[in-house]
Amino acid sequence: MMRNNPLVGLDQKLVSGREYVGASRIDGPLVYMRNTHPVGYGELVECMDSAGIRRTGQVLDTSDSVVVVQLFEGTSGLTLPGTRMRFMGEPLTLDVSEQMLGRVMNGLGHPRDGAALPKGEEELDVNGLPVNPTAREYPRDFIQTGISVIDGLTTLIQGQKLPIFSGNGLPHNQLAAQIARQAKVRGGKSDFAVVFAAMGVKYDVARFFIDSFEETGVLDNVALFLSLADDPSIERTITPRTALTLAEHLAFNKGKQVLVILTDMTNYCESLREISTLRGEIPSRKGYPGYLYSNLAELYERSGKITGRDGSITQLPILTMPNDDIGHPIPDLTGYITEGQIVFDREMYGRGIYPPVNGLPSLSRLMKDGIGEGMTRADHPHLANQLFASYSHVKDVRNLASVIGEEELTSLDHQYMEFGDFFERKFVSQAFTEDRSIEETLDLGWKALGHLPAEELQRVTDQELEEHYGR
Amino acid sequence: MQVRIVGQVKRVNGPVITVKGITDAMMMELVNVGEQKLVGELVKLSGNEAVVQVYEDATGIAPGDNVYGTGMPLSVELGPGLIGTIYDGIQRPLEELKEACGDYIRRGINRPSVNRSKIWRFEPVIAAGQEIGPGMVIGTVLETERVVHKILVPPGLPGMKQKARVVSVAPAGSYTVEHIVCTLDIQGAEVPLSMLQRWPIRIPRPVAERKSLRVPLITGQRVIDMLFPLAKGGTVAIPGGFGTGKTMTQHAIARWCDADIIVYIGCGERGNEMTDVLREFPHLIDPRTGRSLMERTILIANTSNMPVSAREASIYTGITLAEYYRDQGFHVAIMADSTSRWAEALRELSGRMEEMPAEEGFPAYLPTRVAEFYERAGYMKTLSGKEGSVTVIGAVSPPGGDFSEPVTQHTKRFVRCFWGLDRALASARHYPAISWLDSYSEYVDEVSAWWDQKSDGMWRKSRTEIMELLQKEVRLQQIVKLVGPDALPDSQNFILEVCTLFKTAFLQQNAFDDVDRYSTVEKQMRMLEVILTYWHLGSAAISKGVTMVKIRRMKVVQEIARMRLTVPNDDISELDRIALRLERSLSQLGGIYDEK
Repeated sequence: MMRNNPLVGLDQKLVSGREYVGASRIDGPLVYMRNTHPVGYGELVECMDSAGIRRTGQVLDTSDSVVVVQLFEGTSGLTLPGTRMRFMGEPLTLDVSEQMLGRVMNGLGHPRDGAALPKGEEELDVNGLPVNPTAREYPRDFIQTGISVIDGLTTLIQGQKLPIFSGNGLPHNQLAAQIARQAKVRGGKSDFAVVFAAMGVKYDVARFFIDSFEETGVLDNVALFLSLADDPSIERTITPRTALTLAEHLAFNKGKQVLVILTDMTNYCESLREISTLRGEIPSRKGYPGYLYSNLAELYERSGKITGRDGSITQLPILTMPNDDIGHPIPDLTGYITEGQIVFDREMYGRGIYPPVNGLPSLSRLMKDGIGEGMTRADHPHLANQLFASYSHVKDVRNLASVIGEEELTSLDHQYMEFGDFFERKFVSQAFTEDRSIEETLDLGWKALGHLPAEELQRVTDQELEEHYGR
Repeated sequence: MQVRIVGQVKRVNGPVITVKGITDAMMMELVNVGEQKLVGELVKLSGNEAVVQVYEDATGIAPGDNVYGTGMPLSVELGPGLIGTIYDGIQRPLEELKEACGDYIRRGINRPSVNRSKIWRFEPVIAAGQEIGPGMVIGTVLETERVVHKILVPPGLPGMKQKARVVSVAPAGSYTVEHIVCTLDIQGAEVPLSMLQRWPIRIPRPVAERKSLRVPLITGQRVIDMLFPLAKGGTVAIPGGFGTGKTMTQHAIARWCDADIIVYIGCGERGNEMTDVLREFPHLIDPRTGRSLMERTILIANTSNMPVSAREASIYTGITLAEYYRDQGFHVAIMADSTSRWAEALRELSGRMEEMPAEEGFPAYLPTRVAEFYERAGYMKTLSGKEGSVTVIGAVSPPGGDFSEPVTQHTKRFVRCFWGLDRALASARHYPAISWLDSYSEYVDEVSAWWDQKSDGMWRKSRTEIMELLQKEVRLQQIVKLVGPDALPDSQNFILEVCTLFKTAFLQQNAFDDVDRYSTVEKQMRMLEVILTYWHLGSAAISKGVTMVKIRRMKVVQEIARMRLTVPNDDISELDRIALRLERSLSQLGGIYDEK
């Protein structure tokens, strides 16, 4: 990008064209440069320290007196006079290519495995562009995950963004790996790819995913972007963008069905807060910046389908709710952007139920158009509705039982208790390796309802009762 | 656009740009920043510096870039062709942007908001030599099969105080929107008028007078129409945490309410939701006119990943379009989903301008802005003497579902109707999850005359009765939670029974069921009567000694529970038969005791 403005009144520190030596201030991952030429907002920056190590950065704030650059690889080892900055005059881009599948990269898309990256097919701005809402295709293809509580009650749709709200120590990684392994579209396009972005997670977690992909032989179809717990925290702010840029290329230019796993979004948000605080911005809730919603939306909205293109991006972000609090800004804002959520319950996990998905707060917003006749089975919508309604009554009955004792319950309430146990132990609960078809899942749902008298089932039609109830 | 440089960029901080060297720029002027001509609005002037908020991503803008003035405030274009179109927050037509630059929205592109080449059939209603005032009708255009668009004399023409003489009017014929259809003589100067006009979005359009609200906006949603009615020209807030069904409720109202025009603003929400509306509305048929719903709908989509400052503007863009149709004598309903995203956009911009924050980082002027927005609603006598209304339905997304946060609280101060969504109801898939305990409507008194006329004076009475029962139920539930239902006598247990039936058979409404998604006024009234009959006759039977278990087991109770799904809107005679069977069954049960 050439500029007309004459480069007048510059400091002697100008080395060549757009390169300067000497920063005026370094604070955390931020470097302040004075007396530069007019630098564009959001421009890519290449930084070299006195030892000759290259780092990548981006312009966060620009004015005619000072330019603020954030360095994704951190600032340790930099000195004020020894910092060499080169403004590239273009936004941060990623050289994307299909060959990135099967490779392990860092948050910026540079190889971690030592080997050189293949030549890119296209150079894309990592920030992406908003999709025109009129160009979107409404997602409605059912993905069978083989997990009853998801397929039956919070159905995953191709092109959906469905986060897992979990807590520390809960098996969200197992569930994500199980979904990645078992997900299939029935009778549909099967050119699957997985893009995995790890932000601030431990090496073991990344290892778990790699092993799990390896075991099932899909590793060649997985691109991993790892920014682990010991990498600079600032790198996490760019990792999901890099990963989604590749995902968009694979989905919309190469026609693949891409599943993007982002873990852990909580770490991403904390990095944002760190930068925001450093810059002295006015915080909103719990110190998180006021733009957290917009910032998360920029990531989550990079999913879906586009009319006339074959591929799709399905997002499965994982976040650990601080203190298991679903009202915390991170899960809260996420829930407002994503198309539903899968919520884990520590108490259920404590009782040995895997996956410990609490059906009541969990929700899939796209489910309504992806289930029913011709997609799953005709009775699915009413059955799911009935299971929710009945299970929510179980909670009331259990509360009552804890007050007046189980013996005092009416016989109807006893039936509800039995239904609740069956539902949790047989329907929700399943093995890490168990892959149930949607028919099995639905029949199991009817089996659970079999514990209740037919008069209690008002969300299903008489015809459905006749066909499925008590069989 | 004329080339007038008003200053140079000094600093770029996200969507907030400081400009130096300002000479003659004015407040709220629409400006273009840099050689890419990014659209922005001048929001602050101080000395020779100004602050501009840009409505597009500012990447690449550098200090020293020129800022160009346009000499006018941020405005919308008004004219035939608005209906059925989908716009972004600053009224750029998204369909045309897609044709211009593909599936992604690129920066610095612009297309006229109102199609310039489309031909409209114009019919004049005035003749040369007549006197005509601001806001009065020049002629009509059939915009869609159901909307007769009136071409108005724009209010606020320079020099036009009172009426002006019509010099000439175009004869009936087919014209584009830019064709001159009328020439006025304003203080000796001839002023040509086309079908196209502009209006600044932040200024309310003038009206003759505000009228009091008397007519309900019928939504076809039972819990709303019967318990918490909304008046035409009224304001309502729908707060609810994520997943409680704000958007679903807004969609249901947009589909089935009896407004003439719908303006639906997707403000900082999901892209797929707008796609859903776009995909679905053209195929949905309005039960009143038999025409496609898209023929009365304008969509404004500023999804969450589109620039934040355009999100701030989208609310004003929407309400200005609504006012324009109100001035033509239409009843307009505007849905803003969600006003919290708009408030957050204010907060983000305020933060970047380094203003002193008030509660939770929101700027201190938040309540003023909220009030200004909701006050643009109303039932008006327009300048042309017709009646029209703008009803505002605003969704609020309180963080953590906590209604004590600033946006919900300030909104509550300025709306008169409140439909609180309840997470427990949503979890049990009781939709619409409008809580009958938190919600209220101040319009009950105002619209009861209308309703009572429709229902032989029964509406007010029935509503009060069922609300009382629901209140009693809460107290009884507390007892049940402690000691179990068996401890209550049948007369009280029956209250629980009736309320449970009322909730499943009446309050719940399945938006995806072809019959249940919408209920006519008559069906709603009759359904409520059936349930109240069950209550009256049932409690009479219990006082005679019939046990509740027997009443509950009557076959007709199952029929009542399913009547919302089984009785079609156009033939509700089945409800009479259900009521008859109910009376018979109960008198049979009670009869045994009468003989004794």
